[in-house]
Amino acid sequence: MRIIFVLIPLSILLTIAAIWAFFWAIRSGQFDDLDSPAWRILLDDDSKPPEENEDQ
Amino acid sequence: MSQVNCLHCESPVATPVERHVDIDGRQEPVCCEACEIAAQTIIDKGLLDFYKFRNRPLEKPADSPSDQKANGDSGLERWVSYDRPALQSEFVVANDDGTQTAHLLLHGVRCAACSWLVERGIATIDGVKSISVNPVTTRTDIQWNPARIKLSQILSQIARLGFTPYPHTEDEVERIAAAERIKSLKRLIVAGLGMMQVATFAVSLYAGAFQGMDPAIEKFLRLVSLLVATPVVLYSGAPFFTGAWHDLRARSPGMDVPVALAIGAAYAASVWNTLIGHGEVYFDSATMFVFFLSVARHLEMAGRHRVLGLTDAFASHLPRVATRLVDGEQREVGVMELVPGDLVLVTPGQAFPADGHLEGGDAHVDEALLTGESEPILKSAGDRVIAGSTNQRSAATFRVDRVGADTALAQISHLMTAAQKEKPPIVQLANRVASRFVSGVLLAAVIVGAIWWSIDADRAFEIVLALLVVTCPCALALATPAALTVASSVLARRGFLVRRAGALEELNRVTDVLFDKTGTLTDRNVMLRRVETFGATGEERALQIAAALESRSEHPIAAAFTAYAIAQDVDQVTAFPGEGLDGYVGGRHFRIGNAGFVAELSAAIVPQWGGVSEATRCVFLSDENTIIARFELAESARAGAAEAVDALVRRGISPMIASGDQDASVHAFADQLGIDAYHAELRPADKLLLMRRLQDAGLKVAMVGDGINDSPVLAGANISIAMGSGTSLAQHSSDCIMLSDNLMTLIDAFDTARQMMRIVRQNLIWAVCYNIVALPLAATGVLAPWMAALGMSASSLLVTANALRLSRLQPSGKISPDMAAANHVRSSVEATQ
Repeated sequence: MRIIFVLIPLSILLTIAAIWAFFWAIRSGQFDDLDSPAWRILLDDDSKPPEENEDQ
Repeated sequence: MSQVNCLHCESPVATPVERHVDIDGRQEPVCCEACEIAAQTIIDKGLLDFYKFRNRPLEKPADSPSDQKANGDSGLERWVSYDRPALQSEFVVANDDGTQTAHLLLHGVRCAACSWLVERGIATIDGVKSISVNPVTTRTDIQWNPARIKLSQILSQIARLGFTPYPHTEDEVERIAAAERIKSLKRLIVAGLGMMQVATFAVSLYAGAFQGMDPAIEKFLRLVSLLVATPVVLYSGAPFFTGAWHDLRARSPGMDVPVALAIGAAYAASVWNTLIGHGEVYFDSATMFVFFLSVARHLEMAGRHRVLGLTDAFASHLPRVATRLVDGEQREVGVMELVPGDLVLVTPGQAFPADGHLEGGDAHVDEALLTGESEPILKSAGDRVIAGSTNQRSAATFRVDRVGADTALAQISHLMTAAQKEKPPIVQLANRVASRFVSGVLLAAVIVGAIWWSIDADRAFEIVLALLVVTCPCALALATPAALTVASSVLARRGFLVRRAGALEELNRVTDVLFDKTGTLTDRNVMLRRVETFGATGEERALQIAAALESRSEHPIAAAFTAYAIAQDVDQVTAFPGEGLDGYVGGRHFRIGNAGFVAELSAAIVPQWGGVSEATRCVFLSDENTIIARFELAESARAGAAEAVDALVRRGISPMIASGDQDASVHAFADQLGIDAYHAELRPADKLLLMRRLQDAGLKVAMVGDGINDSPVLAGANISIAMGSGTSLAQHSSDCIMLSDNLMTLIDAFDTARQMMRIVRQNLIWAVCYNIVALPLAATGVLAPWMAALGMSASSLLVTANALRLSRLQPSGKISPDMAAANHVRSSVEATQ
């Protein structure tokens, strides 16, 4: 069971890494707008030229 | 004839359609030049998906057609002044890499499709580095390279898409909210991850306690628990400690006191026991406690902020640029550069940037913002004009008298702030209850602690801790804000925003609702009620002639005739302000307007009429020989107005009208809606007095209004509801904002508030029962602190889940088909009377 003396500090390091990642995400504005990404996925990213929209 | 709607703004278009845009050879109708420009731009950029995905109709683009024409093809000139450094200093920041970022608000953005359209349309412009548009707050950040493109060019492109950009200066409130949000999220994440870690160590420790464990490992697990729990308690739990400290200094113990005491004591004892190497540790209970309460706080905060962003948009009605006339030369300057004595040119459609008086030339001024009066007022040289009112027809020059904080607009907002301070603080009541509860818990803890100290001093601490944890006032601290948040977000989805936390609770106690008339019960549109013809000309032809003449007018009345327009020759239409229009249709000379005005042309006597209530306004049409027709116009009631009034009455709430309009017109309108109580010809101060009188009589009054003139009374009401289409100053002074155009939303709000109170009450009853069972168990030492923490968490989850039920409840206030039919019958009976 001595391995836990290594594994537990490792898990704590991972937690610190996770917290750092979250803090970075918050700082870089990823939590600023939680409403529009859900809609945005429905809209095509590349705009089509008008000719291709014949079928609508 | 089937209804034809504009491709862009979806408003009805007169047939046969005069303007088209071309999509793959198909001709799509558009209603006006502004829409045509916007639609054409969208087609040219290949963004047709926009029309497929938008889920709310657009507003008509703000620029009037003549405006754009005057400004040349791209409308660029209008935005050139935004390149001035003095003006940019307000909303543009320079970045390290030589680019600049502008903060804007976009008027007209209503859904994700709009924001997509703007982002796609602008991001492809050469020189624009990035753009992001938040569809909820309409906040837009544009980053561009000033060496390659000017801001004015970007802004004119946005305007061509049919949206109006406004500079956005971040205010203090918004900055604080953003900082609070970031802090809260960080705390939540630390608490969540830390709690999970500590919980795994705790499970191992409990298992070890039963099965036996290597003392070295046990000591190690306790040490790492201490290591992980420390940031959770000291960082994530910090708000509880500071809150408790403030409570104690103010001598009114709130929720934070027992929470901080339990967390602090559990943590301190655990640290001590870890260091001395024996005794219980409670790191798991402490971190769990911190995490669950942080979640509750965060939910409550998120609900508060969601509304904040919406209401602070378009805070200012004043334009940011003004055209100063110096020695006959026009110079664009920032509004803050204006000083009293300046001569300023205001083009049609623009707002006056400061208080002053007109200098030569007549002007039609729309002061609806301040007076609620929907008709433009004719002002001539020397007359006073007020900042924030808009110039309607011809360009006007005026001499600035007062700027900034000295303007009438600023004064009214002061009056409003003063009234706001007098608001009955219902929050105090909740605090008093909580304070008593907390005092009781603390007292019980001391007594139980003292008793156990004399029985078994070793267990006394553990038992007091369990007691403090298990009696956590979670139903108050967690479930009530959860219910409030859920109810607010449900209502927000239906178009009713709750700005003040206690507003929903207060909505439940309302006995009377005071409505403003214009813009609140009516929708600002003028509706054609009745047509009467006198000569040989038929009704249809009369309407067509009227429509042809009115098509050249921007007066609100013109909208009533739009539907009847056909293609025909219209010539030499002249507007006589305050009287009517004069012009040629199909080569014949006609006039439309008030009785005296048309009689001048036809030299005929205007026929007498009877049975017309004064709420309606009459417009006459005549040719050179005779009076042709009389049109009866009326303000139309807002959608759902009659149903909402009816539903209020059935709920035992009495509706009332308080209006600044003429007595007769208010009377007729009150009759039409079935409202018995009305007060007319009230100035803003009178409305506030009326409100005070009602409140003194012991009534709880809700005010529903829209204009700046309503601001003081909105601020003084028990609960105030501003119309979303109204002025933002009115919205600033109100507890709730109704975004929906249908007044039935108000009934939804009343019903949701009622359901919310029912759920809060259920939760409180649960909390009482839970405490009645848990307190003796904890006091007698049956519960270990970890059991107490689990029990508390389970109880919290239960009440929260109960609160979340609100999001699935259907509003009971929906009008049934029967009722709708009855209302229809009633209104048609009234119409024929």
